[in-house]
Amino acid sequence: MMDQLVRQYSRSPHQNEFYSEQEQHDLTEGLPPLSLKFSLPPVANHSAFLRAMTDDHSNPNCPIKLAHGTTTLAFRFQGGIIVCTDSRATAGSWIASQTVKKVIPVSRLSRGEDKPGSEPVPGLLGTMAGGAADCQYWLRYLSQQCTLHEIRHKRRITVAAASKILANLTYAYKGYGLSMGTMLAGVTPQEGPALYYIDSDGTRLPGNMFCVGSGQTFAYGVLDANYRYDLTEEEALELGRRSILAAMHRDAYSGGFINLYHVKEEGWVHHGFNDMNPIFWKTKLEKGEFSNVTSEL
Amino acid sequence: MASIIGHNPHSNSIGYSFSQPTNAGNKEHSFYPYTDNGGSVLGITGKDFAVLAGDTRSTSGYNINSRYVPKVFKIGGDQETGEGAHILLSVVGFAADGLALKERLDAVVKMYKYQHGKPMSVRACAQRLSTILYGKRFFPYYVQAILAGLDEEGKGALYGYDPVGSYEREQCRAAGAASSLIMPFLDNQVNLKNQYIPGSGEGHALEAKKPEPMPRDTVEQVVRDAFTSAVERHIEVGDGLQMLIITADGIEEIYHPLKKD
Repeated sequence: MMDQLVRQYSRSPHQNEFYSEQEQHDLTEGLPPLSLKFSLPPVANHSAFLRAMTDDHSNPNCPIKLAHGTTTLAFRFQGGIIVCTDSRATAGSWIASQTVKKVIPVSRLSRGEDKPGSEPVPGLLGTMAGGAADCQYWLRYLSQQCTLHEIRHKRRITVAAASKILANLTYAYKGYGLSMGTMLAGVTPQEGPALYYIDSDGTRLPGNMFCVGSGQTFAYGVLDANYRYDLTEEEALELGRRSILAAMHRDAYSGGFINLYHVKEEGWVHHGFNDMNPIFWKTKLEKGEFSNVTSEL
Repeated sequence: MASIIGHNPHSNSIGYSFSQPTNAGNKEHSFYPYTDNGGSVLGITGKDFAVLAGDTRSTSGYNINSRYVPKVFKIGGDQETGEGAHILLSVVGFAADGLALKERLDAVVKMYKYQHGKPMSVRACAQRLSTILYGKRFFPYYVQAILAGLDEEGKGALYGYDPVGSYEREQCRAAGAASSLIMPFLDNQVNLKNQYIPGSGEGHALEAKKPEPMPRDTVEQVVRDAFTSAVERHIEVGDGLQMLIITADGIEEIYHPLKKD
């Protein structure tokens, strides 16, 4: 009787806190199968079919015009990471929307919360260039995976790991016709401020500064000329804003509102979603820039 | 025998001046599973209501096949009467795809209610519709969808979609054949784009008007104006205007005749 009691209570107190063999297997093989039951057209070459139906670049008369996103930028500096985008979505030459949110929070805690000027929200930020649906869907998928990671490992995912989940995904779908150019930005205790570029070819690059989209060259022009690592927070925010403004001015596929974020150690802070037009005129009239544009009405 | 079959009795009569393609080689037909059935839809939200409207003409090429094929549907209600529905969906593009999508979403919303014992929120339904559309990313539904309802706070909610599921909550959205005619009108009249307060300043100091939610009768009039105007300038829009208005009291349907030419 006594032996039985002793045996009952002499088990290691943490025995049930570790994963079972099955659970460990699930964790290592943990990603869901990549065929997420997408329906395919009944033809031999489905990517050629998709291109004929949806690629307005190779076929301007294609029947299904998909919404595309454009200029986005992110750079690392002394005070964290600045993320800035425009807000225009185009389908061919038609402006499908001027109010797209191209910065997508990727984490369980911050999903759906987006109040400018409030407290920092912990989590990663993703940006959206290329196919709007591809970016929205796969960043949502990534945010599920990040949540699962958080639950399994009891700590937040690193930007390196999160970006690799996305890159493995885009690489698995290589040749299917996905279109996305994404940046992932975040600050974690393991990495500090980290920035990655991932695209639909399967590319995954760590870096200090990226501009993505049809207006990327214009943004790089301004950013490269004025960038320093020891920029103050105020200067960095202004540089992000000014670079996107330059792209909006010269690239027809970029425009609308300037969406500005700052990623810090405690989380990201939203610095507004502002109409570009008053900002453009303020920049011109008060700073004397854009002097090629006449101001007479 | 071959010469009789190959002979064209009209080959010497007066024809078109440009050369007619003869049986030069074989024409390859590609897989083309879509038809554009034309028409337009439009949605506007207010403080405590949302309106979804669409014309009822159905076309194929230059043919008008029907003058009453509804494009706006009640989701999650009774099969025949639509009673009990709390979400509206409009689909424009290929009508068969649109109908299939509506049936799918309707089934999902009903299953949600049976499984969770509460009606699906518009936010959840909007997210679900996005994943349904993306499920056919590599063989898309040829549709532009708009979803409308009331949000958790009772405010009008409207979500606009592209064919593969990118979506956004908006105050107003037009889709379909005449969207390029209607959307700019909506930008100006609903979101007050490029409208300034008279005398508020000189030149660049002019203050822009701030959009506010419009009362229901104004919204209905804007919808009617948008469609009567589109009918004047687009061949695929006409015959009738079906307008569904969702409020806390339920869904109301208004039919308004349009020109039938």
